[in-house]
Amino acid sequence: MFWDDWTTYAPDLLQGLGVSAQLIGIALAIGLPLGLVLAMFANSRTAIVRSSIVVLVEIGRGVPALVMLQILYFGLPSSGITLDALIAGGLALGLTTAAYSSEIIRGGLQAVPFGEIEAAQAMAMSRAHILRYIVVPQGLRICLPPLLGFCIAMFQATSLAYTISVPELLGSAYSIGSSTFRYLSILVLAGLFYAAITVPASLLVNSMESRLGKHQR
Amino acid sequence: MDALTTILNGVPATLGLTLAALALGAALGVPLVVLRRSGNRLVAGFARLFIELLRGIPPIVWLFIIYFGVGTTVKLSSWTAATVGLGLISAAYMAEIYRGGLNAMHAGQWDAAHALGLSRTAIITRVIGPQLVRVSIPASASFAIGLLKDSSVAYTIGIPEITSAAREVSQNSVDAMVPFLLAAGVYVAITIPCAWAARRLDTVLRSRVAR
Repeated sequence: MFWDDWTTYAPDLLQGLGVSAQLIGIALAIGLPLGLVLAMFANSRTAIVRSSIVVLVEIGRGVPALVMLQILYFGLPSSGITLDALIAGGLALGLTTAAYSSEIIRGGLQAVPFGEIEAAQAMAMSRAHILRYIVVPQGLRICLPPLLGFCIAMFQATSLAYTISVPELLGSAYSIGSSTFRYLSILVLAGLFYAAITVPASLLVNSMESRLGKHQR
Repeated sequence: MDALTTILNGVPATLGLTLAALALGAALGVPLVVLRRSGNRLVAGFARLFIELLRGIPPIVWLFIIYFGVGTTVKLSSWTAATVGLGLISAAYMAEIYRGGLNAMHAGQWDAAHALGLSRTAIITRVIGPQLVRVSIPASASFAIGLLKDSSVAYTIGIPEITSAAREVSQNSVDAMVPFLLAAGVYVAITIPCAWAARRLDTVLRSRVAR
């Protein structure tokens, strides 16, 4: 009984998956660079910069992504800014991504051995150059596996955009379900679509992690 | 301050759902990790697939599958669906946390307990179990905080928690922004002290347990 529904509605769900892909694309394009900037300034010499980053990041991580979506989509219009659902969704998920990824990246930057920085200082490199050529390239490599793992989690979070009526994978599954009453088969198929992406991706990240970690043990 | 009162009324539902799901997950995680570590490769493989599926499909999709999908044949209340859904997901995460803890435990612990002639049950309940609980606390705490935020998805199936209260206020007022900002503030006000308490607990326990 599942199979017929699956072959009938799979194309519609694939279209929804395309929208999910756009969402995660926007979210990562906004969130990862912003996260890197936040991480770089987290060790700033100015106390105000440091503490305001801590506050921003803690708020960004404390607010559920779902609430972030509601703020940007339902809340912003009352202050005169109306965003397209897809843009609002991408932006909200992007802000959440920035907060979480900045912590992950900061961990990576801190893991760069201090000797590297000392050597760079001995060569009279400026602070900016040390950050750009010594700390960031090595730090990013260290935190790549957890960062990718987080990106997979964010891909799952795109399903929350259903609540602001973005026609992504869950949204298209739900609308098919409500017009045909075949909720179970359609929703299970949507779940399998998510799993078909997230499960292999996280297996890949795991194997990458153990390969990268080998020489460090 | 009517808005804040209404939103605060959602806090018990959020906390209740989180704790119920966490308790279910902490309990179901135990058999799951036992199966996952089974010597039988077929059993271990199935347990692994189950865990991967639970973690690989978004929570909101699980809630929909249970509430709308299974709910068409078996009548389920939204509370049952939300608790079971988030509880199953928690079970998968808790099983992985337990597994990490077991892997981190020195093999000498098992050998020493065997050498002392302890029975298998005694080894697990007296030697490995207590240490496992201790080792799992930091990871479980961060998972629990994440779960508290994830529980916001339960508003979609009609649980009257914080986010749903905020939506309700927002739809009945001119300013749609403030209720959501208040809700965000309430989540932050709950999660930050929790994170702080978890860190404290970990340091206190760490100073008591010799490594």
